[in-house]
Amino acid sequence: MFAYIARRIVYVIPIVISVALVCFLLVHITPGDPLVAVLPADASQELAAQLRSAYGFDRPLPVQFGLWLWRAVHGDLGNSIATGRPVLSEVMRAVGNTVMLAIAAAMIGFTLGLLFGLIAGYFRDTWIDKVSTSFAIAGVSLPHYWLGMVMVIIFSVQLNWLPAVGAGPGGSGAWAWDWEHLRYLILPAITTSVIPMGIVTRTVRALTGDILSQDFVEALRAKGLRETEVFRHVVKNAAPTALAVMGLQLGYMLGGSILIETVFSWPGSGLLLNSAIFQRDLPLLQGTILVLALFFVLLNLLVDIAQAAIDPRIKRS
Amino acid sequence: MSVLSDAALQAPPTAKARGYWATVGRRIARDKVSMACAFILALIFAAALLAPWLHLADPYQGSMIRRLRHIGTPNYPLGTDELGRDMLARLIYGGRLSLIVGILPVILAFVIGTSLGLVAGYVGGKLNTAIMRTVDVFYAFPSVLLAIAISGALGAGIVNSIVSLTIVFVPQITRVAESVTTGVRNMDFVEAARASGAGPFTIMRVHMLGNVLGPIFVYATGLISVSMILAAGLSFLGLGTKPPEPEWGLMLNTLRTAIYVNPWVAALPGAMIFAVSICFNLLSDGMRSAMDIRN
Repeated sequence: MFAYIARRIVYVIPIVISVALVCFLLVHITPGDPLVAVLPADASQELAAQLRSAYGFDRPLPVQFGLWLWRAVHGDLGNSIATGRPVLSEVMRAVGNTVMLAIAAAMIGFTLGLLFGLIAGYFRDTWIDKVSTSFAIAGVSLPHYWLGMVMVIIFSVQLNWLPAVGAGPGGSGAWAWDWEHLRYLILPAITTSVIPMGIVTRTVRALTGDILSQDFVEALRAKGLRETEVFRHVVKNAAPTALAVMGLQLGYMLGGSILIETVFSWPGSGLLLNSAIFQRDLPLLQGTILVLALFFVLLNLLVDIAQAAIDPRIKRS
Repeated sequence: MSVLSDAALQAPPTAKARGYWATVGRRIARDKVSMACAFILALIFAAALLAPWLHLADPYQGSMIRRLRHIGTPNYPLGTDELGRDMLARLIYGGRLSLIVGILPVILAFVIGTSLGLVAGYVGGKLNTAIMRTVDVFYAFPSVLLAIAISGALGAGIVNSIVSLTIVFVPQITRVAESVTTGVRNMDFVEAARASGAGPFTIMRVHMLGNVLGPIFVYATGLISVSMILAAGLSFLGLGTKPPEPEWGLMLNTLRTAIYVNPWVAALPGAMIFAVSICFNLLSDGMRSAMDIRN
């Protein structure tokens, strides 16, 4: 097991460096001067040159990358151009809110997805399967930002039950675990949960169907096992793949939250990314994307290890 | 006598055996869901294509005195938007850009990804490693994040949206194409082609392409729904089409402020995205099971 974990970690290192390279290059595919956000329109040539060397933009690209990577490894992602505060602390504060939203959504989406998937897989081609499958396909086809709008229309505008935007009456800084705050989480969490719900349903349905049609299930039943015992075997066989899919979905929720967070003004990393893009705050843009991508890589690594831990066949391949 | 029997032997069989694609086509044609989806998509495509000849209102012509009319208003069957422009016309005209920006990236990625995956899978060795490890790097980003990162860096615009979405989908299609190709590469008929002296390009083009295209095509069709949602999402964020162009994602964005006044008109463009997306998803599912001849 330790050899497997070590091998996986070694394999992740080049990926992490390449991810950093992509994030670094993002700023350099940007048309125009990367200093456009800080330079006044009537800046003199000297001022521009001065700033350029202050930010290090006058050095050759590989040197810039090396320096940037060195600082990033030490936790320095530069300062936000818009606010002047360190990028890392801005990102970390926002990521906390995104993690909260993603976990809430995962609890809803994964529970429903596993439930629908198992039921649909067990009762293939019955009406209950058709209903679950329809839910699933609607879930993966919904533009989730539109679903968010529709939810706001129904539950905030028409029924006036739940707040439409924000993360609490006291703003993003004052979160508390009470109903007054949790009601702000409900609509964004349900909206975020729809895609993972659909994908987990589809995966688990296919897995359950495949497993149930295998010979060993027949053998278990012939041996005289009760249906609950057979079910335990089905779950055990479906777990590694289902786990991998859920891990990936959690990663997508963390990294792809920008649309939902924009709809609900949820103060997470997505909203931060949105403001970084429109204020042309390139260090913040670069830093946010790097942190989110690293989270995603780390999550994938953990999923791989967890998968190998519950399914010994994976280690050997 | 012998001449006659020879001719009888060589005459084409009366009941012609159907080929693979003909069989798949017939199976899809029998699937009611797939046919319904194909019909709805054809309707939306035709409307978008023929929009100028449909006697619609001018999709750009607004009016301050008839803003945000409700659905069912005479002369404005689907109401008007926040600038008083006819929603029906804008939804139909909006299909033009929305469908192009949603579908073109998948077509481009299909061409590029299939070529890359075919070459990587057939040539193998160092070239395979180089291509597939590069693909792995893009897999380290969630696709929404990657699309927004590239679009955000390149700036708003239709072309930039298409470029960024193409970059998102190329690695995914490359991975599928590579794995299908590796499966076909060692089959006997490829070996036979090689033994008969065919060069690598001939083998890839004539003997392998036809065998790998099916699964890749089905995968790509499934991607269209993701692409439609993402493309409109980029516009929704303000990274795609610019006003006053009608485009579903952008319309959803500009109508967001109207949800307190006229919510259901504001939600219409999203329903169009949803309709196209779900139809492509169901069609892709139908194709997948139709091509699975074993069942």
